[in-house]
Amino acid sequence: MAESDNIVVETAEKIFSDLADPQTINHDKKGAWKAPLWQALSEAGLPLSWVPEDCGGSGASLADGFALLNAAGRFAVAVPLAETMLAGWLLAQAKIASPDGEMTVAPASPKDRITLHPDGSLSGRARSVPFAKAAKHFAVLAQGNGGLSIALVDAARARIEAGLNVGYDNSDTVTFDKVQPITTKPAPKGFDQNTLMLMGCVARSLQIAGSLESMLDISVRYSNERVAFEKKISKFQAVQHNLARLAGESAAALAAATSAADAIANAKFFDEAIFLEAAAAKIRCAEAAEKGGAIAHQVHGAIGFTMEHILHRYSLRALAWRDDFGSESHWAVELGRLVAHRGADELWPLVASR
Amino acid sequence: MTAALRFDPIRLPEKCEQLRKEVRAFLADEIAAGTFDPHKPNREDTDAPEFSRRVGAKGWLGMTWPKKYGGQERSFLERYVVTEEMRVANAPTRRFFVADRQSGPVLLKYAPEHVKMDILPRICRGELCFAIGMSEPNSGSDLFAAKTRATRTDGGYLVNGTKIWTSSAHIADYMIAIFRTSAPTRENRRHGLTQFLVKMKQPGIQVNPIGQITGQYEFNEVVFTDYFVPDDHVLGEVDGAWKQATSELAYERSGPERFLETYYVLTELVRAVGDEPDTRSAEGIGRLVAQLHTMRRMSVSVAGMLQAGKEPVVEASIVKDIGTVWEQQLPHRVRDLAAFVEETATNRETLERQLDFAIKTAPKLTIQGGTTEVLRGIIARGLGLR
Repeated sequence: MAESDNIVVETAEKIFSDLADPQTINHDKKGAWKAPLWQALSEAGLPLSWVPEDCGGSGASLADGFALLNAAGRFAVAVPLAETMLAGWLLAQAKIASPDGEMTVAPASPKDRITLHPDGSLSGRARSVPFAKAAKHFAVLAQGNGGLSIALVDAARARIEAGLNVGYDNSDTVTFDKVQPITTKPAPKGFDQNTLMLMGCVARSLQIAGSLESMLDISVRYSNERVAFEKKISKFQAVQHNLARLAGESAAALAAATSAADAIANAKFFDEAIFLEAAAAKIRCAEAAEKGGAIAHQVHGAIGFTMEHILHRYSLRALAWRDDFGSESHWAVELGRLVAHRGADELWPLVASR
Repeated sequence: MTAALRFDPIRLPEKCEQLRKEVRAFLADEIAAGTFDPHKPNREDTDAPEFSRRVGAKGWLGMTWPKKYGGQERSFLERYVVTEEMRVANAPTRRFFVADRQSGPVLLKYAPEHVKMDILPRICRGELCFAIGMSEPNSGSDLFAAKTRATRTDGGYLVNGTKIWTSSAHIADYMIAIFRTSAPTRENRRHGLTQFLVKMKQPGIQVNPIGQITGQYEFNEVVFTDYFVPDDHVLGEVDGAWKQATSELAYERSGPERFLETYYVLTELVRAVGDEPDTRSAEGIGRLVAQLHTMRRMSVSVAGMLQAGKEPVVEASIVKDIGTVWEQQLPHRVRDLAAFVEETATNRETLERQLDFAIKTAPKLTIQGGTTEVLRGIIARGLGLR
């Protein structure tokens, strides 16, 4: 596991260990752990990490926030931390101050569009919005006649049809029907829906990478405990090689996600290189979630298939996170088109530029 | 918690980009002059001695080594750039690649000073080709089963036995080989092997070519009959070769050559689909590019850790495991997508010819230089499973 070498991650890991221990919360079917966890995270200023101090946040760097998301993935945290961070970041792009409490972003899919009417109201439907039901406010990216705007919306004004993703977290349909936002401001020049989607992709990639690190860890530990055919299953070469492949998938996810995070943290604007980094991270991490998660389950056998065991907290969430902000199939098509458009002889220079 | 796997997002420093431009310009000149055709990875004769000397003259061989041995004292990340640009261009690196990557560093560490002064500058000038004598007819992945004997004689050793699958032995000037100098002990079956510098093209060495399934002749059987090696060609500890093999392997395992071997088919596919690909082609290309980018970022990360003096043995093995499996599958994935390329694509024939060759090359990629099974064993040990 990556050592926490910054104070934001250290703080978060302490809170996660104390209040979101997977073993403990897996047995708490009523979710009584969620409120104290959220309160502790909020008191530490973590949900508004990416919001500058003059917009009501704690003004952490992009890099620190990304590291925090990786840590959240290692604990498969099931509160809207990533979503509130993204919402705060989106609002801050238009210098809109963030309110307290849970937030999420809409749209959360590259295909959905929210419209800003001339009277200042919003209409449109956003599907698969993570944690919409838990959110008190939405940060909305909307298309108006004069270009894109960013709006802060009271969640009570929107219609929410609750749903669950495969990880049992809320993933809801949010409908805006002539909803008046609290605040609306123009999006900065060059900011488009892909910018928001790619930022979401990198957040999800880091979470997937974190969950894979934990899946590797608990799978290795289990294989060193479980005895079959009179020896620890870790001593069987077939199991060793499966775990080596899981390590490879975990490593690939970590490398792709942290590379994309580093690229965004050091970029002035979202160019083709950032597009490659972020889209590739989402594609490769989604593939790793499938391949790596399957191995973690194979190693655990039937016990890993039970609700009593914590494995599903990581494996199913990693699979669910593939879908948010555009699936790997969506981004593969987009990346493939970009590569084809640039031409065969420009492919290597693009890859080598990273 | 399991031991941390680290893949920090290391970037190549600015000075590498200047070097990259120089390498690209050099290769463009070589292509223009007809030295090699980047679209023909399947050329029959992969040996290019004059090209090797010109690369040496640029200062790109042994570039990380001390200046007194002809090196440039440049970083591993700079060497990384030269390696990847050569590989992507399908440049004929056969003559110098092993010497530069592997044999030179072994000599630097274990050869006597006068041997280093004699040989290393010639590697840097691109004059010497090296082979690696590891495998034997009954000893491949199980290196420590090697039986070729080096027995004590006046002033050195007499070697008898056979090495096999030895790439480039037919053109090599030297080989770095392991021979048995003692029997293994009960406590340590790895004991008793010694590393030697072997001068090729001498009496007592016979090189027999072996045809490969690609139609090329790159590897060989090398038979030693009372071949004499002088004492000053012993590399490192007698009977202790097993202690010397670990750290170099990280360099060997994680370089760009471990995922770019069949890269050319991807470029050619992109050319064939044109600038407005259908959804299926775009999706397929997008995934392959995402996987390629990830591999490269992992590989650069390991190179950066090596440059910083770390020994990322497990990470390097992961790069080779994932990288070689990827480059092995790549021609097949490209073939899947090529089925939908328009008949009118102007490079269709080139793509098909390349695919034929890449598909025939693919099986060796997960065998050479440490099989997938050996790599996964090393990773498993790193995870605390063995």
